[in-house]
Amino acid sequence: MVDRLKNRDELITLRKNLVAQHKDGNKKLISLCSGSGCGAYGTASVYDSLVAELKKAGLSDQVEVRLTGCHGFCEKGPIMVIHPEGIFYPQVKPDMIPDIVEMTLKNGEIVEKFLFKDPVSKKKIIHEKDIPFYKLQKRVIFGRNQMIDPTNVLHYIAEDGYKGLEKALFEMEPQQIIQEIKGAGLRGRGGGGFPTGIKWASCAKHDGDRYVICNADEGDPGAYMDRSLLEGNPHSIIEGMLIAAVAMQSHNGFVYVRHEYPLAVKNLNIALKSAREIGLLGKNILGSGFDFDIKVSRGGGSFVCGESTALMASLEGKPGRPRAKYVHTVEKGFRESPSSLNNVETYANVPHIINNGAEWYASMGTEGSKGTKIFSLVGNVVNTGLVEVPMGTNLRTIIYDIGGGIPKKKKFKAVQSGGPSGGCIPEQFLDVPVDFDELVKIGSMMGSGGMIVMDQDTCMVDVARYFLDFLKEESCGQCNPCREGIKQMLDVLTRICAGHGKEGDIELLEELGAMVQKFSLCGLGTSSPNPVLTTLMYFRHEYEAHIKDKKCPAGVCKPLFHYEIVDGTCTGCGLCARKCPQDAITGAKKETHVLDQDKCIKCGICYDACKFNAIAIR
Amino acid sequence: MKKTDIDWPKITKIVQDYNSDPECLLMIMQDISDIYNYVPPEVIPVLVEKLGVSESLIYSVATFYKTISLEPRGKYIINVCTGTACHVRGAEKITHALAEELGIEEGQTTADGMFTLDAVRCVGACASGPVAMVNHDTHGALNRSSALEMLDQYRK
Repeated sequence: MVDRLKNRDELITLRKNLVAQHKDGNKKLISLCSGSGCGAYGTASVYDSLVAELKKAGLSDQVEVRLTGCHGFCEKGPIMVIHPEGIFYPQVKPDMIPDIVEMTLKNGEIVEKFLFKDPVSKKKIIHEKDIPFYKLQKRVIFGRNQMIDPTNVLHYIAEDGYKGLEKALFEMEPQQIIQEIKGAGLRGRGGGGFPTGIKWASCAKHDGDRYVICNADEGDPGAYMDRSLLEGNPHSIIEGMLIAAVAMQSHNGFVYVRHEYPLAVKNLNIALKSAREIGLLGKNILGSGFDFDIKVSRGGGSFVCGESTALMASLEGKPGRPRAKYVHTVEKGFRESPSSLNNVETYANVPHIINNGAEWYASMGTEGSKGTKIFSLVGNVVNTGLVEVPMGTNLRTIIYDIGGGIPKKKKFKAVQSGGPSGGCIPEQFLDVPVDFDELVKIGSMMGSGGMIVMDQDTCMVDVARYFLDFLKEESCGQCNPCREGIKQMLDVLTRICAGHGKEGDIELLEELGAMVQKFSLCGLGTSSPNPVLTTLMYFRHEYEAHIKDKKCPAGVCKPLFHYEIVDGTCTGCGLCARKCPQDAITGAKKETHVLDQDKCIKCGICYDACKFNAIAIR
Repeated sequence: MKKTDIDWPKITKIVQDYNSDPECLLMIMQDISDIYNYVPPEVIPVLVEKLGVSESLIYSVATFYKTISLEPRGKYIINVCTGTACHVRGAEKITHALAEELGIEEGQTTADGMFTLDAVRCVGACASGPVAMVNHDTHGALNRSSALEMLDQYRK
């Protein structure tokens, strides 16, 4: 470990030396993704075999294996990239390691059969930079993840880490920092989109012990960019918070992180410890006389704690119930003191703005939304993962060009954005540019950046029911409109999905929704009817089919559909009959099979198995 | 749990690690939960004394947050992710398969005290959905059969 850095020059010298070491061209670097996605697919065993195999081949000194943060292409995990060439091997298994070591690392050859095959062009691709998923992105915030072992502060420093802090501490006045953030047009990445510079300025003008707080209670289901940033590059968040602290002259910081993110908690704690040891946190940072430290607080699995006042109550050791915001938290927040709360990704943007200037930052994005945004592209899409693009990129580029479209030749139905407070966007809006303002115009919102793609087999009434069920569980129960209103809406939706919908239900939902929207205490309540109201806006016909025709066109709500085998399309291959757990399908070979409706439990196994689309939803 | 079954020095150590700070009440209970998989109500009077907080605050925190349980839970807590991405990829089928195999419903614990079946709103491993967590391990790309194989790993 390096000694505590006493001044700015020592940090500059350290960085210079690290970069020089890194440029030693003979040494290969294997970047092995160990984010949560790849981890779930088995990075640990790949790492073990790789280290053992390199030792066996006598290459341990010439090849460095680095367990890095999330690379973003989670669908294809575990991911391995061999530098400096950038050779990309997806879905690496331990039994592939001997070939990779022998051929690629020893002899410099490509192992053709392990290469990535582009699902659209069907071509094999050698280099990471040529893969469409990466090629069309602009990875300003996320790009450094794959060069950094998150547990090693030196890796971050070598990648220009803590340069922004240097500038903020030694070259800028607090006011100038705030001006720079304002000029860059940075808006809160947690979903609200409030201008960060304005928030900092109003916090700075209130007297008291100011607090800089990071909201890492990433609650929107389907969004996980904050998790990947904290796990993969925790020092970038620490640096962002440090710069915020200098700007607002705060000396105490907190990160409120989900208990369900154990790796993020672990890596963050390691990063904080090494930042303290090296003199980048604590007393007299880099000899500047400025003090700042950060504590970690783990949440308890409550969605409403993502709301600022609830989060601060939770930080104080109380139940996380929101309060009415007659007085804003920048004036009286945590411990009744001025508190500035920003999201993980917002802080990750800050060092880049200070390093490269407001003008550079504002050159990316749209009129009202600057910079890039990380989206988690998930659900029924070919290339799932984390995607960083400039604000204003349209949905079609994200879903089709980067995401590779919908798997199994199915039809696109909608993309759900903005979490439970957002909405479902239908096909006719695929060319809308994505930013804070444009999505609101079509009834959804960008939110924290979750994008859940839904295909023809998704029932929109069921989606609305799903979100309301989620929100019913997460309502804190303080105010009547939210606690009772959500439950009533959910009851109606559950009835519709069960086949007992009646005339007037849609109007009742709209009336209830308007009431909850208007009279709830906090953001959770006021936005809770959105899943219902936006699906009603674009998919009213599905509600009507459920209520009037007693049919679920997507084949999700079990009482409202049945499967049938289509005469003429069925080839009589017998696959469905073999897979059916109820033995409900019979028929002679090469003849149209028959499905016994009395035996069928609508599990959908035959529908998923049939290669000829011969099972129909009726 | 009997009072004598509780490892009191360990409880004291946890409270000391947080400097007996009442603001850390939730984390203290989470750490206790990591030992027993629930917070034995027997420790509550001790927390009242050591942290200087009221008993009602402890109950209100314990019942507000989902990660805390005052009822015993299984050795392995299975949290099936029910986030949107997992939902559209069929998380419900995983829950059904596990419930059927274990003979319990969501929120319940098996009679032998091995497994608790629960749901979590999103574990942030959306690309590998459907996902389930067993204690701190993440299992991805589940289907009915791999979900049952996952159980076997812990039965050994």
